[in-house]
Amino acid sequence: MTRETAIRWVAKPIIFTSALLPLVWLAWVVTTSDLGPKGPLGANPIEYVNRHLGDWAIRFLLMALAVTPLRGITGWATLTRFRRMLGLFAFFYVCLHMSSYVGFDQFFDWRAIWKDIVKRNYITVGMLTFLMLLPLAVTSTKGMVKRLGGQRWTKLHKLVYPAGIAACFHFYMMRKGIQLEPIVYAAICAALLGYRVVAHLKKKAAQAAAAENRGKAGAPAS
Amino acid sequence: MLIRIAKPSDVKPSEITPKSLYLDRRRFLKTAAVAGATVVFGSIAAPAPAAVRGPKLPGVVPSKWSEQSLGEKLTDFDAITKYNNFYEFGTDKDDPSRNAGAFKTRPWSIAVEGAVEKPGTYDLEDFIKSHTLEERVYRLRCVEAWSMVVPWVGIPLASVIKRFGPTGDAKYVAFETLLDPKQMPGQRRPVLKWPYKEGLRIDEAMNPLAILAVGLYGEAMPNQNGAPIRLVTPWKYGFKSIKSIVRMRFQADEPPTSWNVAAPREYGFYSNVNPTVDHPRWSQAKERRIGEFLKRPTLMFNGYADEVAHLYAGMDMRKNY
Repeated sequence: MTRETAIRWVAKPIIFTSALLPLVWLAWVVTTSDLGPKGPLGANPIEYVNRHLGDWAIRFLLMALAVTPLRGITGWATLTRFRRMLGLFAFFYVCLHMSSYVGFDQFFDWRAIWKDIVKRNYITVGMLTFLMLLPLAVTSTKGMVKRLGGQRWTKLHKLVYPAGIAACFHFYMMRKGIQLEPIVYAAICAALLGYRVVAHLKKKAAQAAAAENRGKAGAPAS
Repeated sequence: MLIRIAKPSDVKPSEITPKSLYLDRRRFLKTAAVAGATVVFGSIAAPAPAAVRGPKLPGVVPSKWSEQSLGEKLTDFDAITKYNNFYEFGTDKDDPSRNAGAFKTRPWSIAVEGAVEKPGTYDLEDFIKSHTLEERVYRLRCVEAWSMVVPWVGIPLASVIKRFGPTGDAKYVAFETLLDPKQMPGQRRPVLKWPYKEGLRIDEAMNPLAILAVGLYGEAMPNQNGAPIRLVTPWKYGFKSIKSIVRMRFQADEPPTSWNVAAPREYGFYSNVNPTVDHPRWSQAKERRIGEFLKRPTLMFNGYADEVAHLYAGMDMRKNY
């Protein structure tokens, strides 16, 4: 088996199937279990479903953001091949999370939803996260990369950084008091983005040093 | 006649799996699978253990606040005891039922301090014994926009206060929860400034609706619901009804209250249930009754306007939220 077949026909299907498991599990429990207080979803199953989908949305978003740092640390370039799938699953769970908010939590009460979006900071931030991820999902195909051109595409996809920050804020803001769980997610996000900042500064310093060396050697400055 | 002598290797009748259990194995396997999968995929770990029923409280009399007079269905015992906000035992709804099992509620004493004729530290039994336990079926409206109907067992706060003889300086009564991070793991984290504090204006505390509850569903108060004794003020958001009380202080000034200290813009001293004054982060117009799918409209003072609206006559409820 070549490396390419292994990625395409083994690794990717495994990741794809695993990424669907949180949804399959939820669908299975919702359709087969007691949805009362004795059931596995507890006394407020609607809240459970909404949070489960939101949890997995932010988890996949952070997994997608973890690809670059992991590649940098391990030197394993193949990791990049799975980044698009992780990002699209993040978007997939964001869409489900939003649908459950609209359909289950608010039951299509559009007036209440609109009031929430303009008035409740954490809903506003959540919607902003969705709006930032939307163009990234739309332009995720190879055709779109070509159409946009690599440089512009890369620039656009830097939107994932503010989206990650916004997602963490959304999570932190909806909890009461100072709670550990959203802080853990925010810390992971900060570490993943911090890695990029450090890597960028190092590169800059190296370039400056190289330029200085060239200068000493009497080469013309570029 | 055939006499059968048992061999040691024979299966004893007592070892044979009863047929009902044997047939139940599918259900067992399913429960186990759900539990296992929940640990892996669930946002909340495994399903909480079955609710433990407390001892029946003797001598509970009915009151005019009954299930019939309210005309609303009681919330399931399991929901009331497994879906709790009691941050001293953790911030997830099922944390209190998991973590409060070993909480020691005896011996328990309550300090009565400040502007009263009979201050002192009272043992819980002495504190309660001269009062008749009443069943009070009340709506409980959480500030998070969900609600329940709970059949509390308790004693009127007014008659407790009268017994201690508040002086003219007693304009407010302040309450405090036990501070014991060894027993209350949630207090090891700075979610709020511990111990939890709450307070009422004296006329609010004297209102016939206000009770000190010691049980629910006719049984001793489950630990996760604020054992051994807690406040219940049904016209206010749930967090005003302070749990596991160890101190009552009568004073002239408005006491600091935990959520108001943590987020003054979001939680006021009064915190009356009010569908027209939203929480800064969410609407208070509707609520989800636990066990129901569609939200229902929230009632002014949680449906107790007739009993309590006069307490706030002339006050701006937008400022005094």
